[in-house]
Amino acid sequence: MIMREQILELLERNSRMTPAEIAVLLGSGEEVIAGEIKKMEEENIICGYNTLIDWDKTGADMITALIEVRVTPTRGQGFDNIAERIYNYPEVQSVYLISGGYDLLVILEGKTLKEVSHFVSSKLSTLDSVLSTATHFILKKYKDDGIIFDRKKKDERMLVEP
Amino acid sequence: MRDPIGKKAAELKPSGIRKFFDIVAEMDDVISLGVGEPDFDTPWAIRDEGIYSLEKGRTFYTSNSGLKELRTEITRYIRRTLDVNYNPLSETLITVGGSEAIDLAFRAMINPGDEILIPEPSYVSYKPCAILADAVPVIIDLKEEDQFRLTAEEVRSAISPKTKILVLPFPNNPTGAVMRKEDLEAVAKVCVENDIYVVSDEIYSELTYTGEAPCSIVQCPGMKERTILINGFSKAFAMTGWRLGYCCGPEAIIRQMTKVHQFAIMCAPTNSQYAAVTALRDCGSEVAKMREAYNQRRRYLLHAFEEMGLPCFEPFGAFYMFPCIKEFGISSDEFATELLKDQRVAVVPGTAFGDSGEGYVRISYAYSLENLKTAMGRLSAFIAKLRASKS
Repeated sequence: MIMREQILELLERNSRMTPAEIAVLLGSGEEVIAGEIKKMEEENIICGYNTLIDWDKTGADMITALIEVRVTPTRGQGFDNIAERIYNYPEVQSVYLISGGYDLLVILEGKTLKEVSHFVSSKLSTLDSVLSTATHFILKKYKDDGIIFDRKKKDERMLVEP
Repeated sequence: MRDPIGKKAAELKPSGIRKFFDIVAEMDDVISLGVGEPDFDTPWAIRDEGIYSLEKGRTFYTSNSGLKELRTEITRYIRRTLDVNYNPLSETLITVGGSEAIDLAFRAMINPGDEILIPEPSYVSYKPCAILADAVPVIIDLKEEDQFRLTAEEVRSAISPKTKILVLPFPNNPTGAVMRKEDLEAVAKVCVENDIYVVSDEIYSELTYTGEAPCSIVQCPGMKERTILINGFSKAFAMTGWRLGYCCGPEAIIRQMTKVHQFAIMCAPTNSQYAAVTALRDCGSEVAKMREAYNQRRRYLLHAFEEMGLPCFEPFGAFYMFPCIKEFGISSDEFATELLKDQRVAVVPGTAFGDSGEGYVRISYAYSLENLKTAMGRLSAFIAKLRASKS
């Protein structure tokens, strides 16, 4: 189990690392690591491999909105039913059930402000169980998934030290 | 005009690293594997506490011995890790890095002509500090076949009636060697039998990769009363620039060390002392994370050396590898200089750490994996070239 966690920690930071490389770092064998990764993919512990992109630095238009959604849970289904109806939209990036002042946090990526507001007004708000929504637009991403976007770290240590 | 320079300072040999540093400083695009400090930033919680202490205006001297709060945390930490008890008020002193504690210990304990046993290869300051304290340094050459550990026999055969102190530099810079419990017990026995004091420099104690609990000579019977245990925050918490170390030992010695410290230094930096309280209280998991990262790099380098056929014993401590370069028939100094000129990779010749370092170079893994990979590519090319030119 500890080995699994170590593999996951390495892949979480760099999903391009190969089983051979991981095996060297953890003092294990390539086949063992490849086997564990395969098993974790089958068990849906590893759900996918993403690339973290700072879209602001590209020419692409991209806008991210956080939408707080208050909903009425349905009998027998709780929040799962309504969550599913929301997460099935491809433009929806993430859906979380949240404790506190509202129920669902929906993260949405769109090309323009108009596109996002269209989604909220015509798709999200019109769902039966949705009571209210509050939309926040992200102005700047400083850090995402543990990575600080604009850090250019220079090694300031002396080159040779005792 | 009279010569302004005193003889003792003038005769002190400058560090072997200096010359090398000057060459490197003139070059661009050098990948250095030559540092002796962590590549990690000090954990944010510690830096935050340092900032907070400045905001609160804690900018005065502390007592000579250091903040009581910090000394208490240190003794708790030693109890936790080694199960040894020190009195925070009378047996603990906060110093400006571990290096100051080395200097103080010698000054407090030495009479002119006393001998100090110094195992080498080891950190560069033991010998000069011994000379400045009017002691006679007696070098013990450590051997690769012992995994660069110090053996009881080596200590025994170096002892003379004038021997007063044995320096115990483990986990070791530059070899990465660690002493096992049984090695320490054997050495301890010789020290007790011959009434020798020990200065145990354990600055890398948090960075060992054996998976076993840390051990120290102060745990051995009869040793706590004859040992100055030196440690600090630089390596474990990535706090080199904060200049903070400490030592624990018998009250009588600590009292004399504190006196010298008071006249020379006054007290360690106040800001650093407040930050260090947080380090000991809250940053154990950060240390564990850094340790794991070092261990992964250590394994990577061992693997890379194996692939290029460069012999290296497996080191289990600090963040250094000490591969053997004897097969190339050139000195450590030449190897390091040529590697730098040919491939722009900086390593430190083993001889910078004592004559017995000849035939070895020190490679630090306090660098990111990406960096290490590029450097190993270049080292491999260099070695291939050397081999081709020989055959």
